[in-house]
Amino acid sequence: MAQTSSASTGDLTTEILQALSQKDPINSTEAFPQIPFEFIKAALDRLASRSMVKYEQIEREEAFLEPEAEIIVSHGSHEARVFDAVHKALEGLSIQDLEKEIGDKTVTKLGQGKAFKEKWIKKDGSKLVALVDSINDVTRDQLRVIKETKTHDAKIIADLKKRKLLKLQKVISFTIHKAEKFALEMVKEETDLTAEMLASGAWKEATFKPYNFKALGADQHAGALHPLNKVRSEFRQIFFEMGFTEMPTNQFVESGFWNFDTLFVPQQHPARDLQDTFYVSDPPKAGRPTATGPDDKADYEEYFKNVQQVHQDGKYDSIGYRYPWAEDESLRLVLRTHTTSVSAAMLHKLAQQKDENGRVPPARYFSIDRVFRNETVDATHLCEFHQVEGVIADYGLTLGGLMEFMDMFFGAMGVTDLRYKPAYNPYTEPSMEIFSHHKGLNKLIEIGNSGIFRPEMLEAMGLPRDLRVFGFGLSLERPTMIKYGISNIRELLGHQVDLSFVQKNPAVRFDK
Amino acid sequence: MPTINVDKYRLFEELGEQFTEESFQQLCFDFGIELDKDTENDPSRPKDQKPELAIEIPANRYDMLCFEGIAMHLNIFRGKHGTPNWKLANIPEDKMQTLTITKETEQVRPYAAGAILRNIKFTQDSYDSFISLQDKLHQNLARQRTLVAIGTHDLDTIQGPFTYEALPPKDINFVPLNQTKKINGEELMSFYETDRHLGRYLHILRDKPVYPVILDANREICSLPPIINSERSKITLDTKNVFIDMTATDQTKLDIVCNIMVAMFSQYCAEPFTIEPVKVISEHNGTTRVTPSLAARTMDVEVDYLNQVTGLSESPASICKLLSKMAYKAEPSSDPKFVKVTVPPTRADVLHPCDVMEDVAIAYGFNSLPRSSPNRSVTIGKPLMINKLSDIVRTECAMAGWVEVMPLILCSHEENFEWLNRVDDGKTAVKLANPRTVEYQVARTSLLPGLLKTLSENKAMKLPLQIIESADVVFKDESLERKARNERRWAAAYYGKTSGFEIVHGLLDRVMTMLKVAFVTHEEGLEGKSIDYAVKENPSKADGYFIQEIDEPTFFKGRAAAIYVRLGGELKRIGELGVLHPTVLEKFDLRYPVSTLEINLEVFL
Repeated sequence: MAQTSSASTGDLTTEILQALSQKDPINSTEAFPQIPFEFIKAALDRLASRSMVKYEQIEREEAFLEPEAEIIVSHGSHEARVFDAVHKALEGLSIQDLEKEIGDKTVTKLGQGKAFKEKWIKKDGSKLVALVDSINDVTRDQLRVIKETKTHDAKIIADLKKRKLLKLQKVISFTIHKAEKFALEMVKEETDLTAEMLASGAWKEATFKPYNFKALGADQHAGALHPLNKVRSEFRQIFFEMGFTEMPTNQFVESGFWNFDTLFVPQQHPARDLQDTFYVSDPPKAGRPTATGPDDKADYEEYFKNVQQVHQDGKYDSIGYRYPWAEDESLRLVLRTHTTSVSAAMLHKLAQQKDENGRVPPARYFSIDRVFRNETVDATHLCEFHQVEGVIADYGLTLGGLMEFMDMFFGAMGVTDLRYKPAYNPYTEPSMEIFSHHKGLNKLIEIGNSGIFRPEMLEAMGLPRDLRVFGFGLSLERPTMIKYGISNIRELLGHQVDLSFVQKNPAVRFDK
Repeated sequence: MPTINVDKYRLFEELGEQFTEESFQQLCFDFGIELDKDTENDPSRPKDQKPELAIEIPANRYDMLCFEGIAMHLNIFRGKHGTPNWKLANIPEDKMQTLTITKETEQVRPYAAGAILRNIKFTQDSYDSFISLQDKLHQNLARQRTLVAIGTHDLDTIQGPFTYEALPPKDINFVPLNQTKKINGEELMSFYETDRHLGRYLHILRDKPVYPVILDANREICSLPPIINSERSKITLDTKNVFIDMTATDQTKLDIVCNIMVAMFSQYCAEPFTIEPVKVISEHNGTTRVTPSLAARTMDVEVDYLNQVTGLSESPASICKLLSKMAYKAEPSSDPKFVKVTVPPTRADVLHPCDVMEDVAIAYGFNSLPRSSPNRSVTIGKPLMINKLSDIVRTECAMAGWVEVMPLILCSHEENFEWLNRVDDGKTAVKLANPRTVEYQVARTSLLPGLLKTLSENKAMKLPLQIIESADVVFKDESLERKARNERRWAAAYYGKTSGFEIVHGLLDRVMTMLKVAFVTHEEGLEGKSIDYAVKENPSKADGYFIQEIDEPTFFKGRAAAIYVRLGGELKRIGELGVLHPTVLEKFDLRYPVSTLEINLEVFL
């Protein structure tokens, strides 16, 4: 059987089937001694997957002769050869002659010793003479058996192995039986159902190659949305469901007036330090607040003056901060540090609206957009991040209502058991930090901020006293990082993100 | 938020209770401060150091920046005792110590106040706390001593009446605190230039013609605010009588600091909570007065307002009781609609009745307040149109097999201009005044730098890479109040062994189809090849888009085109696509060809 290693399993399968038709079962090592086991296994698997054969794998240790043992099998053991030479020379042999006769110094030396020990020969003067007429060459006989059967008595095997005449090898073979669909020929396998087969009807007769259900399917080369934007979508959905209108936060550059002054952040507040806020050098300065379009009928000059007065002198029942308020500071341009600057502009616009009852209408606004902080960048801080912000303006709102709302809002994200802690924020009073018990960390973690906007901030805009306004905010990155177990914010936002991370990120479902 | 370290066992002793970590944490949580750290079980705490608590204090609670303030307010909150009745020692005005302000101080630091703590008894703990409070006030409320500076003196080493003057630096001579040699004002700057602690305050005086000084009756210098006191008058553990001088550029903050300093430490005087006043004579501006003021403010606060916002229905009497837990003195007013609330001189954070309302809520317990529905009115949700448009484009791109990325808005000037072979005309980009690194010099005017940086970071990925972004860039705009506006862009970049120009072009076609903009063959020729928008109007032509070859240095010659749309008869150039020029690729460290596309989305609104 001239099988080479490149033998196709197609031929081999046929051979196996033919061999089985004559004898069942067959042993693969007996039937195909030359063919490497992996070829046989592949062929058997193909046949077995069609239920044409069944097989069992047999593992056993076989003994193989070392080169020295091969010599013993063909020429006899060393001691036997020494005995034969000595016995043949009726007069006995000198050691030199023995060496000459055998032609191998090592064999002579080893064989002599053993032959002495077996009392086959003795020394007679300078000559070696035979003591017996014939001997039994046990070693050779044992090796012959092993060469034939690849095995022998365990003790003998162990002894011969110790004498370095044998090595043991693990050999895998198969016992092959016919199975229910045994036939002499294997039908051609189709890998896939094709249009041609449908057209010709060949599918009816065709045999299909089994599909590997344990492997992954083909790569989709899929497009993907960014995980942060997927979380953003989920938040937007919650806001829409709760009746919030999205604010026009597409305005990164703000004046100190909108970013700070309108929010009752005093001009010496640390948040306005160069270490915290990005100031703009070009363009150099903002204009005074003005109408944003022909429909905007608000009196911006009055608002500007109101804000100055409430800071500097106090107004609307507030004693104010009582410091000389500077217009220049107010008109410095900054990259907004929060989207609350836009909330302020929206609330100021809201103050100009009237509903059918002639009062300012209740409103709900939200935004999810980029904000900027002049931070030292590290694993949890970037100079840019996204703020999720919501504002609810309505009559008769209470603190308990704010907590109730936050419970609903976070509940929609699957975050429950919230706790509220008093906090300080220049533009909300009361201010409440929102905490949730994190199961993984087993402690309360802050998940957001909320509060009721200060009356002196709202009244300066012209909003009625009995209209109260909730504000709340959180970052988009933090819940996303917690959700996906990301520890470095730079792996989430910015150019250092790994594209395969974007591609493989699962769909976001807050309710799951 | 300032963090205050206090001796754990001393605090618990003062509070009269051995708290567990949980119970103390809960107390802090309810009150609105935060237990940041407890070093009791911290293995890195040196053996000779007592266990400390690090407590974070809200930024407006200047009256809690020291051990005394924290202990006092937690005790009042827990009903252990009432708010102290701080008062001025009964001394006729003509017998008071005086501090006379001269007009020259207006040039540098115009306001001053003084106070005396008489017969005080310091321990090491209270002495350390006294020094630490000054430091905390300097850092926080006083904005690194720019607004207010505090000097403390052993009154028995100096001689009143005192003056607050502003003198030319050369006329100032004294031995500064912890020094042995006299220096004059001119030497002062170089002497403290390299001082790690004081060096950062020198700028407050550096270029002033005169420096402010507090002098005693013998014209000996007591302090040179806001830098340093004199060695001669320094206080020690044994000091019996403390003279506090305070100088400022902000009158309101001066008064706050003055009240806090004496309110916190007058408890250690022989006559607790009694402060000896100083008459501050300021004839040049007619503001002669007695300091500290210790004036408690009274407010009439509407009961209905307090109840409505908190959702409570408490009686005036019970509201007063709640307020007493927050250091107020409150009593029902003759008009049952109001409570009369006295705000102690320490509570400078109380500006409006809403601050009182918050304290009612804290005293009651935020988490115990009655809940009510926040859904009082019906409102209708609505997306911002530009975001909706942007989301359509993002989603279509992802469906076409492109991956969305989110680079930063800020970038370096080079990345935005030079590296793209673009020239800054000075009218385009918003520039930042104080970035910490070059990475944040300008607000981007193009999405390309972010996309190219993202590609560069992902070079090891299997090619090709196909990425998109739809987000804002920023342009200067003199016509607007903020002098700048955002513009919503959409951009794509392809990185592979071949340029992928046709693939990027195909993505444009795909998105245009989705935006219902038809491709029109453009045969009449186009005059303007400038990069300006609004090339020409021709209402007779059908709406649609086309691309026209351009030669711009960002792109490889012959492989770049401008993208035009005609909407409502108006023709606009909205962007460009092309194979990037090899010099651009080199700058962004990209080894394979890149094709890009970038357009303004706002025309499709």
